[in-house]
Amino acid sequence: MSSEDVRLGFNGNFESKKIDIAPGDPAPWDPSRKFRLLGTRIPRLDGRAKASGEARYSIDVRLPGLLYGRILRCPHPAATVEEVDLSAARKMPGVKATLVLLDRGGIARFAGQEVAALAADSPEHAEDALAAIRVRYKARPFVVDSEAARKAGAPLVFEGETQTKSSAGDMPGARKALPRTGNVQGPRAFEKGNVEEGFRRADAVVQGTYVTQVQTHTALETHGLVAQWEGDELTIWASTQGISGVRDDLARELGIPASKVRVHCQYMGGGFGAKFGARVEGIAAAKLAREASAPVKLFLDRKEEQLATGNRPASRQWIRAGATKDGKLTALHLVVHGNGGTNGNTGTSAPLKNIYACDNVKTEEFDVFTNAGPSTAMRAPGHPQGAFALEATMDELAAKIGMDPLEFRMKNDPSAVRREEFRIGAEKIGWKDRDSRRAGKDPSIRRGVGMGAAVWYNTGGTGYRASVAIHRDGSAEVDHGLQDLGTGSRTMVAIVAAEELGLPLDRVSVRIGDTALPTGPESGGSTTTPSSAPTIRAAAFRARARVAEAVSKSWKVPPEDVAAAADGSDGFTAKSDASKKISWKDACALLPEEGITAMAERAPNHEDAWKRFTAGAQFAEVEVDTETGQVRVQRVVAVHDCGLVVNALTTESQIQGGVLQGISYALYENRVLDRATGKMVNPNVEQYKILGSKDTPEIETIVLPVYDGVNNTHSVGIGEPSTVPTAAAVANAVSHAIGARISSLPITPEAVLEAVDRARGGRA
Amino acid sequence: MSDDPRSGFTRRDLVRGALVGAVAAKVAPAAEPKGPAALGPGVERLTLDINGQTHELFVEPRVVLVDALREGLGLTGTKVVCGRGACGACTVLVDGAIACSCLMLAHEARGKKITTIEGLAADGRLSPVQEAFVAADALQCGFCTSGMLMSCHALLERPGRPTRDEIREAVAGNLCRCGTYPHVFDAVERAAGLRAAHEQPAEPRMALVRTSPGDLLAPDDRVDEALALLPGSEGGLG
Repeated sequence: MSSEDVRLGFNGNFESKKIDIAPGDPAPWDPSRKFRLLGTRIPRLDGRAKASGEARYSIDVRLPGLLYGRILRCPHPAATVEEVDLSAARKMPGVKATLVLLDRGGIARFAGQEVAALAADSPEHAEDALAAIRVRYKARPFVVDSEAARKAGAPLVFEGETQTKSSAGDMPGARKALPRTGNVQGPRAFEKGNVEEGFRRADAVVQGTYVTQVQTHTALETHGLVAQWEGDELTIWASTQGISGVRDDLARELGIPASKVRVHCQYMGGGFGAKFGARVEGIAAAKLAREASAPVKLFLDRKEEQLATGNRPASRQWIRAGATKDGKLTALHLVVHGNGGTNGNTGTSAPLKNIYACDNVKTEEFDVFTNAGPSTAMRAPGHPQGAFALEATMDELAAKIGMDPLEFRMKNDPSAVRREEFRIGAEKIGWKDRDSRRAGKDPSIRRGVGMGAAVWYNTGGTGYRASVAIHRDGSAEVDHGLQDLGTGSRTMVAIVAAEELGLPLDRVSVRIGDTALPTGPESGGSTTTPSSAPTIRAAAFRARARVAEAVSKSWKVPPEDVAAAADGSDGFTAKSDASKKISWKDACALLPEEGITAMAERAPNHEDAWKRFTAGAQFAEVEVDTETGQVRVQRVVAVHDCGLVVNALTTESQIQGGVLQGISYALYENRVLDRATGKMVNPNVEQYKILGSKDTPEIETIVLPVYDGVNNTHSVGIGEPSTVPTAAAVANAVSHAIGARISSLPITPEAVLEAVDRARGGRA
Repeated sequence: MSDDPRSGFTRRDLVRGALVGAVAAKVAPAAEPKGPAALGPGVERLTLDINGQTHELFVEPRVVLVDALREGLGLTGTKVVCGRGACGACTVLVDGAIACSCLMLAHEARGKKITTIEGLAADGRLSPVQEAFVAADALQCGFCTSGMLMSCHALLERPGRPTRDEIREAVAGNLCRCGTYPHVFDAVERAAGLRAAHEQPAEPRMALVRTSPGDLLAPDDRVDEALALLPGSEGGLG
């Protein structure tokens, strides 16, 4: 361990800090460092494969003798299975294997739960055979409405023990056992200071109830995988956010060593939090393949995807907040009832606890169980819904004390970075004259501008590994077992390696998406880049040191005398003798015939660096038609920080994606369950409405480089923070436009018209 | 459900055809079939003209074109997302017009010229709009990209330079979950020659605003509190 002075900060303002550096790990880049590649706009390396149709996703894998798997699902929202009869299905043409997933006596708790599976030699035969499976159910009483489920005497989703599923994407604390009464579990409680005292000190207090809907992930590639056995070894091609998690789940479920399972994922059609682990369909595919002695492809269809693969839970949030008349928050109190169907972990308190400074905070989080498809982690779990309620409350409180909402936030925000982001965003959106823009030429059209704050956490993990091999011709190969969800991870790996080695991008080859490679991170929590980039840099740093060592031997000088070429080229020079120069290519020719391979493990995060939350601020400008209730988002300014950007082009793409998913959540998306039948009425993508090209506003993206020194590349993820404040900003903009608060999502034309009436004094 | 006018064969036609068939069978089960001979129910021989090449395959009459392409011929560039004409991921050209290949029976494509994403590049060279998609990063996960590109290709085959609104309209039937639309608009404009390459921003759009130093590195005690709750090397957050 060595101690080094590093300069940390942002926007040209840096302070020196002494931090401990792990042996063999490079110190975090100094702010004066000029990068050749890092932070520029680099088209992703696999763009060509994707644009040509050549990219083979896991769903595209074809193998000789491939069978097609299908799953039979329970049509009832709650039922006991009395009999599963597969005998007729087994006799259907082409059927090679069958499997019971929910046996006699088992209880199905939502419409769409897995009951049986089979594999046949064509998709058509599998379809026919599925219809031949006979299941006898005994229907049970059910409840799908969250408010009804909370009432005494409501049908119980769980009798006896609560059975919820955890995922690698869950927020921490999910696995903690909580007391349950009826269908309500909790509370998960947090308290600091004394909120009652805080409310007594307040000059103004507001309270409100905010309701959010269920959002489904709707990744375009559905869940599924291809399983192939060769002897006792299992090979998998999965659509997954974590190849290593799929491997470990299958090894455990099938009782085989993890070393006998190899998981591939080269291209992946989106995840957004729902694709962790082998899941029911993955385990079923592996078992069917074993029974049939043939490879099985089992991918869900869109309806199954909507019913059973997870969602962002609904919430009902009661918030009370107080402030002094000079704009200081004195108390924040949140009580939330989240509804994740048959799953828990539905809290929304993180934005309230982690954005604005307040001495007295109390949060109580309850999970309400219903007979509906289970929630799972979705892009910034708990945050968009929490930010929606919090930021509406901030606007309401600012109004009550007669203060500009931006000024009110500035007064209570402890993050210097976010205050700067607020300032930049406000200038870009034209915050100052937002009131004068409300009315336009057309009296039925109102305009509004709103804002919201983001928070996220620099949570890069440690222990991941990567190797960098250098050949005698000077080219390099990087091996790192992570997966690229479409975020550009593959390109990120190449950029970091090429930057550190001093090579052009085309001299670096990258291998990812295979558990046979040195283990990389699973992709969740915006942790991929902060976990991987420092690992890759460390391996490249060591590889370059090995080349320098070969130079020192050749020049017969001590290794520490060899330095990077002073002219900025890719080669080396001797500190003691400036006339000694060698290019990278010539230096690599000095390597032994087999080249060299350097391995690195992700060093621990620098606990003594600038530990901070990731900030972010978004501003939205909307147009509201008060005759039709239609809301159109015209423009979004998204100001974010994510440490030091590796690739400005793909970072911009990801922020645009976060913003668009946020608008879609604010205005359109809504899983609708029929209370009478307990079924989802829109398990598709035409009635489950998602934002499209015509709903897309102009988006301006600004990223502040922040040198926090927590890892050697100052890397922080951006996937999640970019979607945290969008719905909040849109909702606040709508309220600004029409002069009335809409306190539930999605903001439908109906809700807008109701609010417009309310603002006009009501029509009763 | 809407009958997409872009598609030559709509779901309504499919239903109508099936109903007519069923009625005819009931009324005159022994009558000589009139018009084209009934196919199936087993596999039937079919030749398809795809990307200028003739392919022979054997598929059941109920198989839709996209499944014949993907499972039958291994042309997996065309994707299935919704399977019911709502998302555009399976968009191909049928005699030059865009169509959802999940709504067209494979046997219905007999005698028509089919172009898939694999047919856009010539001699291993990407077409201008494909190149523009790569350069503008108009793709993230890439699963909507094939369909998106087919729609944009068809748009650019029309005379004149499309406006941004015309581009929005052209991809209105293509669902993207990652949110690539802004970069898709940029890419099509670039491909249409509306913007010269040198007009693309060469520098990252980073803010260069200076702030006054102060509590810059002040530790936030809430950070430790929250970080203590967060996972280490295992697991993440969505």
